[in-house]
Amino acid sequence: MTTITDPPKGQFRVSMLLSDTRYRSLTFQAIALFVLIVAIAYLASNLVRNLEAAGLNISYEFLGNPAGYDINQTLIPYDSQSPHLRAAWVGILNTLLVAFLACMTATVFGVVAGVLRLSNNWLISKLMAVYVEIFRNIPVLIWIIIIFTIMTAVLPSPRAFRGDDPTSTMVLGSMAFTNRGVYIPGPQLGNPLFASVALNWVLVLLFLVGSWFGSHALSKWAHAKQEETGELPTTWYYTLAIWIVPAGILLTIMGLHWQIPELKGFNFSGGIKIGGPLIALWFALSIYTGAFIAENVRAGIQAISKGQTEAASSLGLRPGRVMSLVVLPQALRVIIPPLISQYLNITKNSSLAIAVGYADVTATLGGITLNQTGRAIECVLLLMLFYLTISLSISAVMNVYNNSVKLKER
Amino acid sequence: MSDTHAHSVAFVRKEQIPQSPPPARQTGASKWLRENLFSNWVNTLLTILAAWAIYLILSAILPWIFNGVWNASSLSECREILAGKTGACFAVLTERWNQLLFGFKYPPELYWRPILCFFLMLVAVAPVLFFDLPRKMLLFTAVFPFVAFYLIWGGPILTPIVALLGCAAGYVIFDRYGKESFAAGFFGGIVGAFVVWIIGGLVVDLVRPENPMMTPVPSRDLGGFMLNMMLGVTCVSLSIPLGIVLALGRQSDMPLIKGICVVFIEFIRGVPLITLLFVASVMLAYFFPPDSTVDLFLRVVIMITMFSSAYIAEVIRGGLAALPKGQYEAADSLGLDYPQAMRLIILPQALKISIPGIVNVAVGLFKDTTLVSVISMFDLIGMIRGPILASTEWNGVYWELLGFAAFLFFVVCYGISQYSQWLERRLATDHR
Repeated sequence: MTTITDPPKGQFRVSMLLSDTRYRSLTFQAIALFVLIVAIAYLASNLVRNLEAAGLNISYEFLGNPAGYDINQTLIPYDSQSPHLRAAWVGILNTLLVAFLACMTATVFGVVAGVLRLSNNWLISKLMAVYVEIFRNIPVLIWIIIIFTIMTAVLPSPRAFRGDDPTSTMVLGSMAFTNRGVYIPGPQLGNPLFASVALNWVLVLLFLVGSWFGSHALSKWAHAKQEETGELPTTWYYTLAIWIVPAGILLTIMGLHWQIPELKGFNFSGGIKIGGPLIALWFALSIYTGAFIAENVRAGIQAISKGQTEAASSLGLRPGRVMSLVVLPQALRVIIPPLISQYLNITKNSSLAIAVGYADVTATLGGITLNQTGRAIECVLLLMLFYLTISLSISAVMNVYNNSVKLKER
Repeated sequence: MSDTHAHSVAFVRKEQIPQSPPPARQTGASKWLRENLFSNWVNTLLTILAAWAIYLILSAILPWIFNGVWNASSLSECREILAGKTGACFAVLTERWNQLLFGFKYPPELYWRPILCFFLMLVAVAPVLFFDLPRKMLLFTAVFPFVAFYLIWGGPILTPIVALLGCAAGYVIFDRYGKESFAAGFFGGIVGAFVVWIIGGLVVDLVRPENPMMTPVPSRDLGGFMLNMMLGVTCVSLSIPLGIVLALGRQSDMPLIKGICVVFIEFIRGVPLITLLFVASVMLAYFFPPDSTVDLFLRVVIMITMFSSAYIAEVIRGGLAALPKGQYEAADSLGLDYPQAMRLIILPQALKISIPGIVNVAVGLFKDTTLVSVISMFDLIGMIRGPILASTEWNGVYWELLGFAAFLFFVVCYGISQYSQWLERRLATDHR
C-alpha cells in the first residue's frame, strides 16, 4: 500500500496560479515582467516627451566634432581641434595611467604596512595601526584635495629656482618639485637607427619575453637538479643577470641617456613633466587604498593557522622556505580576491580626478564634453559603458583566478 | 651517610634562600623595551626610524595647533596676531562654524531645527544600535523620519502626518492579514498606504495654510556637514531593506527575478558613484514626467540609495551563502513557507553574519557623500572649497579647514567601526 500519490492531473483551476508551487513562480515572474515592462515604458515615454520638449535627440554625431578645448596632460597627440572622441580617448588613457600607477604603489604601501603591522616591534605595529585607521576613516576626496593643496600651495613656483641664490634647488640636481608639476629626467634614445617608437617597443618587449623564457628555463633546470641530487642550486644571481644584461645591452645600443629638466624662461622644459593633479590623485589613491590593502594582507597572513608554520618547520624547512612554500601560497588565496577588488575601487575612485582637474575620462567625456555639447545622456552612457567594461573584465579575471586556486574538495 | 656528609662538608644551608628579584633586564619596563622595541638590530633600527618619524610629524603639527588663533576676522588679522610664529588660524572655524555645519543658505534663526533633529536622531538610532535599551523606544524610531522631515524642511504639518498615517495604515493591514498569507498582507498594506496617501494628499492641498507654523526651507538651502549626515543616514537606512530584497532576489530560483537583480547589482557595482551622481544631476530629470520638479536632493538620494543597496545586497548575499544548507532544509521540514522561513530562520542569522560588512558599506557610503560636492552641492567639502576658500577673508586657510573636515569624518567613521567591532564580539555566540 502506498500513501504517496501523484497530485491529481488536469483540472487546472485559476486559483492554482497562486496556491500551487508548480505555477506560483511562473505567476510571480509574469507579474515581475509586466511591472518591468510598464516601468521601462513609463520612463521611456517620459524621456521621449522631455527630449521633444527640449528639442533634443539621441545621437552620437557630436563625437566627431572638434572638441575645442585643451588638455594639459595627454599620452597621445591631441590639440583643441581634435574631435570629442579623441578627447575621450585621451581621458580613457589618463584614467588607465593613474589607475595603473596607483595600483602599483598602493600594493607596495599596503603590503609593507600590513606586514609591519604584524611586526614584533610595538612602536612600528602601533604606528601602522594609526596609519590604517587614519587613512581608512577619512574620505578619499579629502585626501586628494589635501595632497593637491600641498602640490599647488606649498611647493615653490619655478621662479624660486631662478637666479644666483635661488630659494629652491633641484632634488639630486635632476628633479624639480614646483607648483606647476614635478619635472623628472626623461629617457632619450640617442642612436638614430632607433627613431621608430613602435619598433623600439616591439624590440624591448621581445627582449623581455626572451628573458622571461630564459629565467623560466633556469628555474626548471634548478628544480630538475633538486629532484636529482636533493640540492637546490643557488640561481638568483643568474636570474638577475638574465633579466638585466640583455636589456642593458639593448638600451646601450639604442643610446639611452637621460634628459634633465632645465629652467627656461618662466618654466622648466625637457625631461618628463608630471602634473600636480596627477600626483595628487596618484598619491592620494595609493595611500588611501594602501590602508585597505594593509588590512587585507594582515587578515590573509593571520588566516594561516600557526600549525601550518610549525608543521613546515618540523619537516625541516628553513624559515624562508616556510614562507614561500607553505604560508604565502595559502595566504595569497585569501589576499588576492580582495586585492583585485581594491584595484577595481582604485579605478572607480580615479573618477574623482574631476575634483582636482586631472583630465581623466570623467573630466573630459563626462565633464567638458558634456557641458559643451549638452549631450548629457549620451556622455553619461558612454562613461558608464567604459567603467562597466573595465569592471566586468577585471571581475572575469578574478573569477578565473578564484576557480584556479579554489580548494579542490573531493 | 648523612652524618658523614654533614661532617665532611664545610657548610650546609638549613633554610631556603629568600626569593630574589629577577635580573633587572628581565623585568618591568626594561624587559618590555627589550622584547618589544630592541629585540634585534633590525627592530632597533625600525624603532629609531619610527620614533624619528613620529618626532618629525609631531614637532611640525603640535606648535601649529597650540599656537592656533581662535579669534580673528580674517587671515591677515590672524597673521598679525601670530606675528611670524607658526600657528594655525582656527578663527576660520569659529567664524564660519554655522556655515560649515549648515551651509550658507539655511536661515540662521532656524538652526535650532537641525540641531534638535540631530539629537532626536541619536535617540531614534539608540534602540537600533543597543539591544539592551527598552524595545518601546523603537516606536519613536518609527516616527522619527516624519519628525525629521518636518523639522528640517518645515512646511505644513499635515504632510508628514499624512505620510505617517499612510505607513501606519499599511502596517496595520500587513499585521492583520500578513499572518495568514504574506502576499495578501504585503500587497494589501501597500495598497492601503497608497489609498491613505492619495486621499491625504488631496486634503493637504485643500487646507494648505498661508503661513505654516514652521517656515518651509527648500532643499537647495541645505548644506554643510548637515547635508553629509542627512544623505548618509537617509541612504543607509533606505538601502538596507532594498539590499535585503535584492539579495533574496539574487538567490531566487526564478530566472527572471534573479536576472533583474543580477543585472542591477552588477551594473551599479561596475560604475563609479560619480557617474551615478552625474545621472542624478543631468540625466535623471529626463526620466520624470515633464511637468514634475523633483529637486536635486531627492534625485541624489535616489541614486546613492541605489548605489549602496547594490553593495549591501552583495554583503547580505555573502551572509546567506554562509548559512549551512541544513538551516534551509530545517525550515522546509517544519512546513514553513518561503516568507516565514526567511523572516523567522534565515534572515536573522544571515543578517547577523553580515553586520560587519553592512557597517563597512555604511562607513564607505558616509565617506562617499562628500562626492556630492562635485555636482555643485554645498556639503562640507563643497562649502570649504566654494564659499569659504573663495572669500577674501579666508583665501588661503587650507589646512585648518581640511583638517577640520578630516577630523569630523574621522570621528564619525572611526566611531562607527569601533561600534561594529563591539557588536561583532557581542553577537559572537555561535559555533563558527
